[in-house]
Amino acid sequence: MATGQLFSRTTQALFYNYKQLPIQRMLDFDFLCGRETPSVAGIINPGAEGFQKLFFGQEEIAIPVHSTIEAACAAHPTADVFINFASFRSAAASSMAALKQPTIRVVAIIAEGVPESDTKQLITYARSNNKVVIGPATVGGIQAGAFKIGDTAGTIDNIIQCKLYRPGSVGFVSKSGGMSNEMYNTIARVTDGIYEGIAIGGDVFPGSTLSDHVLRFNNIPQVKMMVVLGELGGRDEYSLVEALKQGKVNKPVVAWVSGTCARLFKSEVQFGHAGAKSGGEMESAQAKNQALREAGAVVPTSYEAFEAVIKETFEKLVEEGKITPVKEVKPPQIPEDLNTAIKSGKVRAPTHIISTISDDRGEEPCYAGVPMSSIVEQGYGVGDVISLLWFKRSLPRYCTHFIEICIMLCADHGPCVSGAHNTIVTARAGKDLVSSLVSGLLTIGPRFGGAIDDAARYFKDAYDRGLTPYEFVEGMKKKGIRVPGIGHRIKRGDNRDKRVELLQRFAHTHFPSVKYMEYAVQVETYTLSKANNLVLNVDGAIGSLFLDLLAGSGMFSKQEIDEIVEIGYLNGLFVLARSIGLIGHTFDQKRLKQPLYRHPWEDVLYTK
Amino acid sequence: MARKKIREYDSKSLLKQNLKRLANIELPICSAQVTKSTDFTELLDKEKWLSARRLVVKPDMLFGKRGKSGLVALNLDFAEVIQFVKKRLGQEIEIEGCKGPITTFIIEPFIPHKEEYYFAIDSERLGCTISFSECGGVEIEEYWDKVNSIFLPTDSPLTNETIAPLIAGLPLEIHGKISDFMKGVFAVFQDLDFSFIEMNPFTLVDGEPYPLDMRGEVDENAGFKNEEKWGNLEFPHPFGRIPSPEESFIHDLNEKTSASLKFTLLNPKGRIWNMIAGGGASLIYTDTVGDLGYAAELGNYTEYGGPSEEEMLKLARVILDCATANPDGRKRALLVGGNIANLTDVGATFDGIIRALKEKKSELREANIHIYVRRGGPNYQTGLAKMQAVGEELGVPVEVYGPEAIMTGICNRAIEGI
Repeated sequence: MATGQLFSRTTQALFYNYKQLPIQRMLDFDFLCGRETPSVAGIINPGAEGFQKLFFGQEEIAIPVHSTIEAACAAHPTADVFINFASFRSAAASSMAALKQPTIRVVAIIAEGVPESDTKQLITYARSNNKVVIGPATVGGIQAGAFKIGDTAGTIDNIIQCKLYRPGSVGFVSKSGGMSNEMYNTIARVTDGIYEGIAIGGDVFPGSTLSDHVLRFNNIPQVKMMVVLGELGGRDEYSLVEALKQGKVNKPVVAWVSGTCARLFKSEVQFGHAGAKSGGEMESAQAKNQALREAGAVVPTSYEAFEAVIKETFEKLVEEGKITPVKEVKPPQIPEDLNTAIKSGKVRAPTHIISTISDDRGEEPCYAGVPMSSIVEQGYGVGDVISLLWFKRSLPRYCTHFIEICIMLCADHGPCVSGAHNTIVTARAGKDLVSSLVSGLLTIGPRFGGAIDDAARYFKDAYDRGLTPYEFVEGMKKKGIRVPGIGHRIKRGDNRDKRVELLQRFAHTHFPSVKYMEYAVQVETYTLSKANNLVLNVDGAIGSLFLDLLAGSGMFSKQEIDEIVEIGYLNGLFVLARSIGLIGHTFDQKRLKQPLYRHPWEDVLYTK
Repeated sequence: MARKKIREYDSKSLLKQNLKRLANIELPICSAQVTKSTDFTELLDKEKWLSARRLVVKPDMLFGKRGKSGLVALNLDFAEVIQFVKKRLGQEIEIEGCKGPITTFIIEPFIPHKEEYYFAIDSERLGCTISFSECGGVEIEEYWDKVNSIFLPTDSPLTNETIAPLIAGLPLEIHGKISDFMKGVFAVFQDLDFSFIEMNPFTLVDGEPYPLDMRGEVDENAGFKNEEKWGNLEFPHPFGRIPSPEESFIHDLNEKTSASLKFTLLNPKGRIWNMIAGGGASLIYTDTVGDLGYAAELGNYTEYGGPSEEEMLKLARVILDCATANPDGRKRALLVGGNIANLTDVGATFDGIIRALKEKKSELREANIHIYVRRGGPNYQTGLAKMQAVGEELGVPVEVYGPEAIMTGICNRAIEGI
């Protein structure tokens, strides 16, 4: 490795595996630093192409999305950093593919849990091709005022607090990503700030090591001193010791190796990072601190004293006149995202949609406040779910059972009715399930299936106004309206519809009151006296019984009942029920591989 | 996470199965595992050789120097093995300062032998170190200068030429066998993502290489590539670490999530308890309490990263249960610390902690717990304000510090407090 600067104010990266937040954070940092070009040139999202909209300051920009690494590198030949947000399963393969691209110089791997043997392959390839791997298991790194990898240094407030929008004089390297952010704060408090900071990641074999970066910092003229935060486990710190002893580093190095506590644990302990394991004495924090101290690094007595020795070392450089005073700049204000502003209570925005029946935001979805687990564990049925989602309340079991019976009775009525016919024709035209289903559903209306709603409306109106069956029927006749819910193509007064009988029997057994149905039966008695086929049909039975359900359950106010009847709940019941049959017809036709339907000429009367 | 030691029994089984597959070498080794749930009749039924041969038995628990500790029995019949095992199963022993019961044995055929070779492969950052010695066996440390090593870079194959300098001292006629064996073991090492293999010793039986003792470590991160090859591979705790129920609970929780949750109980009677975010920071807080001279009062080591509110609640409950378990009237400190987060929403993480605190209100007060909070990062102001408020609500003293305070400052406050 060695050589010097990895990044500049014009460095651009390719970002693998689209993640909105880290990219936005990079672009916000760019804006804060006054960069002219965004630091992300392109995004690679396997299998997807197009553009992603993101903010660059106040402006929205569209960043190209490529489906392969090769395509992205070809499209953006000046982007030389590859930021890999792939999971631990695929991070190694995509990183190797990136390293093999001639345009890519630096690969940063964020994933934690990349297999050691895979990382070793990456290290070997990078070494023999003069490329740099940062990570795995890292947050990344930052060159102050120039370029930032992903989520490094956290929030904008923090970046401003640490003055990372302009370069200072300190080169920093650590294993831990979390601690690197802590140290950016510490270093900003006691020096003129970070020039560059790298977190090499917590793995046993990092792609690049603490000493790799210290030696590189040594070659960057703007870096005047180095701060290193090591950890117990591994022997990387000893390469730094060697480099110091050999005089390869001619700038002050302030170092601390954490993990002195390992001695408190009797047996072997795996600490937070994979590489942090109490191994032999050589790998202990104490031994490494001692070796670094002896090799000439400034090593404090504890982490607590780290800040003080960084301060001392920096002040000494100032006294020696080795630090050029930093020109302070005021970073521009980053417009706040609406979501953040709302969260912090600074602004409010009206919502565009209101919903009262369900909520999917918590641990589990709720229907009308009832969590999914209760619905399943308490043995709710489809009728109960309809009750929750349509009526926003838990109706008694006899009501929901009645709803289920209605759905079962209305689920299908053979292939010849217009809805099923349309579905069959559409399915045979090779259309998909949804097209076939809706072509059938679209026939539902005043002449097909719509009678339940109307039956309920007219029976309710007549009963509530106290009309006798005679007044009602004759009144309708005067207006030229057929009484909905009365009349059947086949059934007669002496051969009733079985379905109607079943519903009536259920209601007599379970409903507290059946006044609307009794009224409907009185109307039927009157119409039967006019013609033998004017029986109460299934639409009339469901319509009138539903009124009894609403009124008799005692769970609805009068206004609510009026509204339910008015906005078409009963039609909803039919649409829902018949969908079951229509879907069945679609599958049936597809299973039977029926060809395109063409109506026969013979069956059409061609006339003028 | 990362490198895991596996039992000798598993190392040998994996080697035997895969040496056949990868190098077509049939290893004539047999081994049987014995724990307290072993039924010896069933075992005999499955492993017929146990009654036909003279046997060796020894503990298989990731610790070495078994011969020197008198825990290896040679040249027994099966009945004597059972007697040996029954006498020692569950017995507490001490190995290099770590105490623990013996729970697992390995039984193998007794192999009278002459040669004792040492052979090891160790994965390093730029390749593998391969070591060999003609003088293996229990005295290896005294003959360490006779161990020859070569460094094989990552992208280089292991060939007869690279092995040649290691085995130059052996009779010429066995060079071929030994080289093939070493190449085969190396192929298994690579294919199964081992990070360390050591045979001390392996010998020759009828001219064929035969490992007598074997240690193995695999890279747990490679588990997803090796599901079939590893099978149901066990990762035992290091010897002497018998996890407490609380530790096992958090360990299991950690296995099931993408978050990182670690909990080690150090001293149940301790008065300083840790609830620290971040792999790097947790180490430094623990260091600092030690540096300040209060290591003896440290109740636990804890690290968490990226937990959901529920997971945080579970971890916090465990810590609070331990921290409040032995009230002695004296003040205790709970350190809710962490570095300035890069992206963790501090407010949200604290919600889980706050729920646990509310559940343990009376226990906290009875144990005289004082809470010291330090955290920065996204939404930290909200998090700190919530912690302050819950302290007032519960009547538990809470001090909060943000990113402007030195990270480990609360360790000092806590120690002054107690």
